[in-house]
Amino acid sequence: MILTIAKKEFRSLFAAPSTWLMLALMQFLFAWFYFGRINDYLLVQAQLARLDNAPGATISIAAPVCGMLALMLMMLIPLFTMRLIAEERRNQTWVLLLTAPVSSAHIVLGKFLGLMLLLVLIVAGCAAMLATLLLGTHADTGLLLANILGVLLLAASYAALGLYFSALNKQPIIAATGAMGLSFGLWLLELSANDNRGFLRSLSPNAHFQNLNMGLVNSADLIYFVLFISTLLLLTIRHLNNERRNAS
Amino acid sequence: MTAPLTLSACNLMRRRDNRLVVDGVSLELRRGQVLGLLGHNGAGKSTTLQMLTGALPPHSGQVEVCEYDIQKEPQKAKACIGFLPEHPPLYRDMRVDDFLLFAARLHRIPSAKLADALALSKQRCGLQDSGRKIIGSLSKGYQQRVGIAQAIIHNPAVVVLDEPTVGLDPAQIRDIRTLIRELGDSSSVILSTHLLNEAESLCDRVIILQRGRLIYSGSSTEMMANGNMEEAFLHITESEAASA
Repeated sequence: MILTIAKKEFRSLFAAPSTWLMLALMQFLFAWFYFGRINDYLLVQAQLARLDNAPGATISIAAPVCGMLALMLMMLIPLFTMRLIAEERRNQTWVLLLTAPVSSAHIVLGKFLGLMLLLVLIVAGCAAMLATLLLGTHADTGLLLANILGVLLLAASYAALGLYFSALNKQPIIAATGAMGLSFGLWLLELSANDNRGFLRSLSPNAHFQNLNMGLVNSADLIYFVLFISTLLLLTIRHLNNERRNAS
Repeated sequence: MTAPLTLSACNLMRRRDNRLVVDGVSLELRRGQVLGLLGHNGAGKSTTLQMLTGALPPHSGQVEVCEYDIQKEPQKAKACIGFLPEHPPLYRDMRVDDFLLFAARLHRIPSAKLADALALSKQRCGLQDSGRKIIGSLSKGYQQRVGIAQAIIHNPAVVVLDEPTVGLDPAQIRDIRTLIRELGDSSSVILSTHLLNEAESLCDRVIILQRGRLIYSGSSTEMMANGNMEEAFLHITESEAASA
């Protein structure tokens, strides 16, 4: 049942021209940024060669590209998640799911998975481009994989957050701006922190992404992401259950 | 011998802004019956149907479908219902076939039987040639047919139709009425309508709602005993309004 809903979500995301436009635009921006980074690296390569323990190509090129990818996903994902529940409510197709023999958990997990499939594709497009580093240099595959894992986990967190806002609202735009606002807030918590050990900073998914961005796969960070995602998904399921069972 | 009970609702209530939209409606439906729900605009017909199908939780009262309580065992109860709401729940960017298959899978039709179910419901609703079309590009009448096809694709025991013939041309109305009569042989049908001649020609039993309350319930032959249905309807609703 979850897979049925996931497959339908994935297909209808792809039926929308806006999805293709976003994919094309993102890929173009990655490529631009990627070549910019390569160019910068080549300019300073001669000086770097004189240093002991100089930063390698992977950390100076791939890590910033993934950092940018994370930032773009933060802005894009709410636009996808607003369609998942809030827009169905507005288009009055939500009744179909409400009167079908499926539980709220089926609906939420199905929609989450469907969106994740699309996000995996976006990340894979970026990863394929970064893989071209392997052609020209001994790239640090461990660092590359840590970055990709980090971006995926971060994308899943934003997707879960967006889904929750989508469940709370009837207006897609409010759902999108709400989720975007909170993601920005969490990002700013990370940016504005003075030291790396602050409590507020550790609330932000971006702070935990920073470690993976530097190639540090820390079990504490992984647990944080799993908790963040599952809490928001559970909240969404709970909210829908409440709405279905209790008349307001 | 009476046919088994497929749907029963007991004392349903639903408020909106402290006003009772549906006030203590109870009804029963047996297999093989077609029940018509009549009433003026805003009488609470759609709200009642939404509560019967589990789309809207009632403030009080309970609904049982095929002996499953819709609040306590929602999945089992909902598997027995097909619902066409007032606004057909159609994904406008999907193809008719894909949409109907999605609806069929949601209602847990095993994949081996999907093709048969799809072909049958399309044939019943006259959609044989529209399978590849995008729903958003269909006319209102065809969209309505897709909505009905979606409601009957899993061959439910109870079919709930909210104004099924709205927006259809006379030939389509005739086809849909034939279909409803056909459905009434094997399952129970409950439909809401403004058209009294529709109720007259289709329904075995009729109930009338006014301001959320059930003011009449009886077989359609009883109702037409003294004249035609339109006169009877006006007589019942007006005398009720006068006494209120």
